[in-house]
Amino acid sequence: MKIQILGSGCQNCMKLAKNAEEAVKAKGTECEIVKVTDIKEIMSYGVMQTPAIAIDGKVKSVGRVLSVEEIKKLL
Amino acid sequence: MLKYLADSLVYTLIGIQPGTRLGDTLNFFFYDTAKVFLLLITIIFVVAVIRSFFPPERARKLLGHHREYVGNFLAALLGIVTPFCSCSAVPMFIGFIESGLPLGVTFSFLISSPAVNEVALVMLWGLFGWKIALLYTATGIAVAFFGGIVIGKLKLEHLVEEYVYQIKMGECEMAVPTWKERIEYARGYTKDILKKVWIFVVLGIGFGALIHGYVPMDFVLKYAGPGNPFAVVVAVLLGVPLYSNAAGTIPIVQALVGKGLPMGTALAFMMSIVAISAPELIILRNVIKPKLLAIFTGIVAVAIIIVGYLFNAIL
Repeated sequence: MKIQILGSGCQNCMKLAKNAEEAVKAKGTECEIVKVTDIKEIMSYGVMQTPAIAIDGKVKSVGRVLSVEEIKKLL
Repeated sequence: MLKYLADSLVYTLIGIQPGTRLGDTLNFFFYDTAKVFLLLITIIFVVAVIRSFFPPERARKLLGHHREYVGNFLAALLGIVTPFCSCSAVPMFIGFIESGLPLGVTFSFLISSPAVNEVALVMLWGLFGWKIALLYTATGIAVAFFGGIVIGKLKLEHLVEEYVYQIKMGECEMAVPTWKERIEYARGYTKDILKKVWIFVVLGIGFGALIHGYVPMDFVLKYAGPGNPFAVVVAVLLGVPLYSNAAGTIPIVQALVGKGLPMGTALAFMMSIVAISAPELIILRNVIKPKLLAIFTGIVAVAIIIVGYLFNAIL
């Protein structure tokens, strides 16, 4: 599985990435976390609000820092 | 109720005589702090729930069919209810332009979004009453509307960075959130904002209380009163770099208004704090050229100054 964190790299994006890492660790699943900071690539996901999170290329949440628990549910 | 609590705390519990300077100052501080925090929690929460119904994708769709004037007005309204942190200004700007929205309409949105800020709204409501809070909102919408119209008329499309026009946006299907998710979002949002502003609120009210209790009236009237024709301009220029401290500055301004600072000057000052901010300008620099950035800042600043003089004349 592959998790993409979409965002320019502001505080909220970093927090979301950290929460994702924790969620993956807690679940114990094999998972790669990628940060997407290029604006062209972020837009190609159809996202206008950052931070956003996508799993295997499918956008799951936009404009919000999901908690570790919420990300666990998505995995 | 709050007044009673503040009175009994200061005059009965601490035992300071009413009518003394120290008593007045402390009473003002406790009463205002309690009132503002109650309002902050309630209003930020309600605003966040409302915002969960207006994602930017929806704003983009709603604005898609409208051109100038109606489009500018709608954009100014949507700017208030659409949630967006300043980091999202770039993707939002690109998304709007990409969908074919006129530059002027896009700017009406970009101006109203920070200009009508819920924290500033709460501070104004709590400290000045709902009429001033409403006036502030209407002013923000007006500045966004006219600012966008002027930018549209100037035909500045060539001052947008070229790459913006080349980006193709993907499609993204988002599930409609449940009520539980909306409440959860609003709770988190309220917590985040409070964590960010509480210290400014407490410091601001504390400082305001000191002014309220100790600064003589002549002092304010001499420098910023109706006798100084440049007060509004100076207030706006001072307000620009003070970004994000609306929470701390409004209580100070309130105390100054109590000492004779004209309302228009005060409103212009607060508007400039929230509407034009250095961090947002830096972010917008990614999508527009410096010249357009300067024009945008100039138009908004001039609009706020006009508003300040207008209110000084009629209030």
